[in-house]
Amino acid sequence: MNPAQKAAAVTLCVIFALMVLATILVPAPYARQFRDIPNAGPSRAHPLGTDALGRDSLSRLLYGTRVSLLLAPAAALLSTLIAAVLGSAAGFLGGSFERIVLAATDISLALPWLFLLLTVRAMLPLDIPPMASVIIAFLMMGLLGWQASVRVICAAARGVRDSDFLLLARSSGCKPIRLLVCHVAPNLRPLFYAQFWISIPLFILTEANLSILGLGVMEPMPSWGNLLRGFEDFSAVAANPWMLVPLILLVIVVMCFQLVLPSPEVIQ
Amino acid sequence: MIRHAKAGILFRHGLRRVSFLICLGIGGALFSATLIRFAPGYGVQERELDPRWSAKSVEALRQEQVLHEGLASFYFHYLSALAHGDLGESESLKRPVRELLAQRFPLTGSAIVRGLGVAWLAATLLASLGLASRGWFYEASGTAVSSLLLSLPSAVIAMLAVHLRAPTFCAISVVVFPRLHRYMRSLLLRSYDQPHVLAARARGLGGVSIFWRHVLPLATPPLFALLGVSFAIAFGAAIPIEALCDSPGLGQLAWQAALSRDLPLIVNVTLIVCLVMLAANALADLAGRAFAGDTQ
Repeated sequence: MNPAQKAAAVTLCVIFALMVLATILVPAPYARQFRDIPNAGPSRAHPLGTDALGRDSLSRLLYGTRVSLLLAPAAALLSTLIAAVLGSAAGFLGGSFERIVLAATDISLALPWLFLLLTVRAMLPLDIPPMASVIIAFLMMGLLGWQASVRVICAAARGVRDSDFLLLARSSGCKPIRLLVCHVAPNLRPLFYAQFWISIPLFILTEANLSILGLGVMEPMPSWGNLLRGFEDFSAVAANPWMLVPLILLVIVVMCFQLVLPSPEVIQ
Repeated sequence: MIRHAKAGILFRHGLRRVSFLICLGIGGALFSATLIRFAPGYGVQERELDPRWSAKSVEALRQEQVLHEGLASFYFHYLSALAHGDLGESESLKRPVRELLAQRFPLTGSAIVRGLGVAWLAATLLASLGLASRGWFYEASGTAVSSLLLSLPSAVIAMLAVHLRAPTFCAISVVVFPRLHRYMRSLLLRSYDQPHVLAARARGLGGVSIFWRHVLPLATPPLFALLGVSFAIAFGAAIPIEALCDSPGLGQLAWQAALSRDLPLIVNVTLIVCLVMLAANALADLAGRAFAGDTQ
């Protein structure tokens, strides 16, 4: 790890700690409305002020961080698992299975990611409880976000398939499942980690886009995307610069994830 | 003779791609039909929820719907309508999907082409400059700007564009630029570090000559592939940008369709976009192959 990576890792740890301690740190529950002080500026009681409905902005930011930072890795884990299973099996087995998986991957990759998400989201009911909207948003990303990883994992598995140690294991009578689980998958583990890390910022940004468009996490549940909806009125942001805090936090977290990502040499 | 053989290989490859696109179009259409047919609420009319209608009348209304049709009959009607260019009718806008697409597609297409033009120009210029300078300041500032732009959701860039009254294509170019710049920079650097380029440099060949004769030919085939991918990125970015900039294009149409659960519209828009993307990727792939064949 170089110094920049170390700094990024420390920053991420601090933000994760704040997220975990949100329940203790927040001045008020995220949905509680202080109706007498809407759009208030920073004060001792409300360090980041309140929003148009009088809800404490710091509470919403910390809970929103919790939603985005817990569920984006969960979605990344799901998509990496799907990619790991499909990619390793396709690369290891080869033949028509590999061709089918790669063709499906190519088709999915050709389709812009947000179009795919919007189509699937349109199939599901829109009037749902906030918690269900959180689960649907991240489940959708996890189930649909595996394509790019499959290509990479499949290519690496193809390389392992032709290796000497696998030939030796095969000649010793190892069954294909055992070969895949005990010999191929462990050799691809660094790649799985890398794909997992790559997916997290992508899912954080996708959730932000979906929520800004009103198709992600539903109110009153906070998420970074929901908090960024306030940016539609830029004159208000110029007058209340503390409204920039959610955007700054999002940018810092995504940049930190990009920095922490292991270099290609490490992955190899 | 060799040129003819290469042309034959390219032609066969192109033919394979076209037949793949046709098969995919049919498969995609069937899949779209399935999604529409089995989506919750299919065949239900608003009138059925009106309490003034008696149970008998509601039943009669249901009988009018295609719901009672067999699945095979439904697919047949859908595909035959599709073959005649009929993509169905939008449930929310009460207009033919074909008409909506014809109206919206040129606007999005124009914004995407202009946005990609600006992004490619900026990325090529900056990557080439970086290759020429190769200083730490340029590298650090380039990486910082790219990372910052990559960390911004496209919806935030769209809101900034609204605030700055910038045209839609500018916002698209800002979304696409960092991805292009990052890839292009590493590609050019990799090409520049090749042994034959090093040998050319050692023999005293000028920087411009090395770039045009040795670096660019090596980097061009992957750049064609990047061109195909950049279309997909731009189309994806068009949704939040058009929705928030109130630009009546395909992205805004898809967003409105998703918000109103207008399945015939969103599914057909997605199918058309998918086919356009695949065609663009196939063209980029063929161009890359043709170029690689010429340079080899």
